[in-house]
Amino acid sequence: MAEAPAKIETQRITLTVNGQEHAEEVEPRMLLVHFLRDQLGLTGTHVGCDTSQCGACVVDVNGKTTKSCTMFAVQADGAEITTIEGLASEGAYHPVQEGFWEMHGLQCGYCTPGMIMSSVALLKRNPHPSEQEIRHELEGNICRCTGYQNIVRAVQYAADKMGESGAASAD
Amino acid sequence: MFPTEFAYHRATSVQDAIAFLGANPDAKVLAGGHSLIPAMKLRLAAPGALVDIGRIESLHAIDVRPDGAKIGAMATYNDIRDNAGIARIYPILPEAIAEIGDAQVRERGTFGGSLAHADPAADLTAVFLALNGEIAVTGPNGDRTIKADDLFVDLWTTTLETDEIITSVILPAPPASNGMGYEKHAHPASGYAVVGIAAVLGFSADKTCESARIAVTGATSKATRLTGVEQALTGQKLTAELVSSAAGQASDGLDINGDLYASEEYRAHLVNVLTRRVLTSAAGL
Ligand SMILES: Cc1cc2nc3c(=O)[nH]c(=O)nc-3n(C[C@H](O)[C@H](O)[C@H](O)COP(=O)(O)OP(=O)(O)OC[C@H]3O[C@@H](n4cnc5c(N)ncnc54)[C@H](O)[C@@H]3O)c2cc1C
Ligand code: FES
Ligand code: FES
Repeated sequence: MAEAPAKIETQRITLTVNGQEHAEEVEPRMLLVHFLRDQLGLTGTHVGCDTSQCGACVVDVNGKTTKSCTMFAVQADGAEITTIEGLASEGAYHPVQEGFWEMHGLQCGYCTPGMIMSSVALLKRNPHPSEQEIRHELEGNICRCTGYQNIVRAVQYAADKMGESGAASAD
Repeated sequence: MFPTEFAYHRATSVQDAIAFLGANPDAKVLAGGHSLIPAMKLRLAAPGALVDIGRIESLHAIDVRPDGAKIGAMATYNDIRDNAGIARIYPILPEAIAEIGDAQVRERGTFGGSLAHADPAADLTAVFLALNGEIAVTGPNGDRTIKADDLFVDLWTTTLETDEIITSVILPAPPASNGMGYEKHAHPASGYAVVGIAAVLGFSADKTCESARIAVTGATSKATRLTGVEQALTGQKLTAELVSSAAGQASDGLDINGDLYASEEYRAHLVNVLTRRVLTSAAGL
């Protein structure tokens, strides 16, 4: 009888997700998105493609906007991660979430968590983006419903709102 | 989209990574992961082990000096874009980086990874050729450098050995009076270059071209210098007429690929048009 292939060992990772610390065992090949969804139950982060192109899985890893399907969970050992679930504070929507609500920036909602996380990252870097800059920075997020018009308006709404409150990075 | 099983090692130093590669012949280096992980998800790549070089501090440094720059292999596209010294001396880098993939790719993809991967449609491969860079490489037998002109062999193939690691990208100081730029026609779905042209020109006060390095990506199996155009410009006064006639022959003699999106003829046309555009702006015409 053929020998069973050597079992690859799991590794222990410790990381903070939305302010909460977790210590978990993961297989090296587990993608961060599957770790967040299946192991931590944070299903707000979506999987929309197999090719790292759609952006439905975008989260923040140590301040870097990241497609969580294109990173292994083991690479995030020690990291601080924010997902869509961690964006609202004390029940109040983040201005970008509010923008998507007010400007009708979503239809089916599948792309929305990633779209919002990317928009938050873009406003952190550039609090007053032009329409063209918004479109350029959101190129990694695909939406099959809205045609993007209202997504741009949602980001503009958030930029205005965050400008008013004087807090360019309201996170 | 589950990659096959592999063992994972987070390297603590370049030597540690080299030792791991030596002990695990089926291991691959993991840098930004934005070419390797997509390939693993599709099972186009199935390495038995990965050595993650992402946390080796020394590989992230960017050092810009009057006589040139040293960019750590793990410097991400955004690290390079946001470096004021780089933007001042090598504006072609932030210009080309703005055209790469999308915000998330730019956040994690690395200069070293792009060169090691040698995708025929990558952007910084052509920029690296135009800037006349070289890479510093460490392997089991010590350190060596590979010049841009000697790095690319074919599709996804370089002269780097499988047990070697790129540690940094070294760029010489550009000519004292220069113009440089990058023009790209991006694939509308993937964002990769259908054709990209990088140019670095050195010229005198009266706009006589003293040096020219021009490279194409996307059109051919590897990033390639357009030596015919370089020769047509060198020693001549840079005028709109000269640029037009030199660019009109840019695609001559190239072995251009065609695919469903862009035929060979269309790519050849883009090579000529984008060469004219990039030369016109680099020469300040
Ligand atoms: C959606 C999407 C769009 C993209 N669009 C573009 C685009 O428009 N233009 C473009 O140029 N690229 C594009 N890319 C690719 C991206 O730029 C990659 O990040 C880059 O090609 C590889 O760099 P990396 O650091 O991610 O390398 P990895 O994926 O980690 O590694 C790639 C390969 O290089 C090897 N390697 C990496 N670093 C080293 C090193 N220091 N020494 C030795 N070997 C090493 C690895 O072993 C592997 O074989 C895109 C990627 C995605 C996912
Ligand atoms: S799931 Fe599509 S980019 Fe991550
Ligand atoms: S709202 Fe349906 S995909 Fe964007």
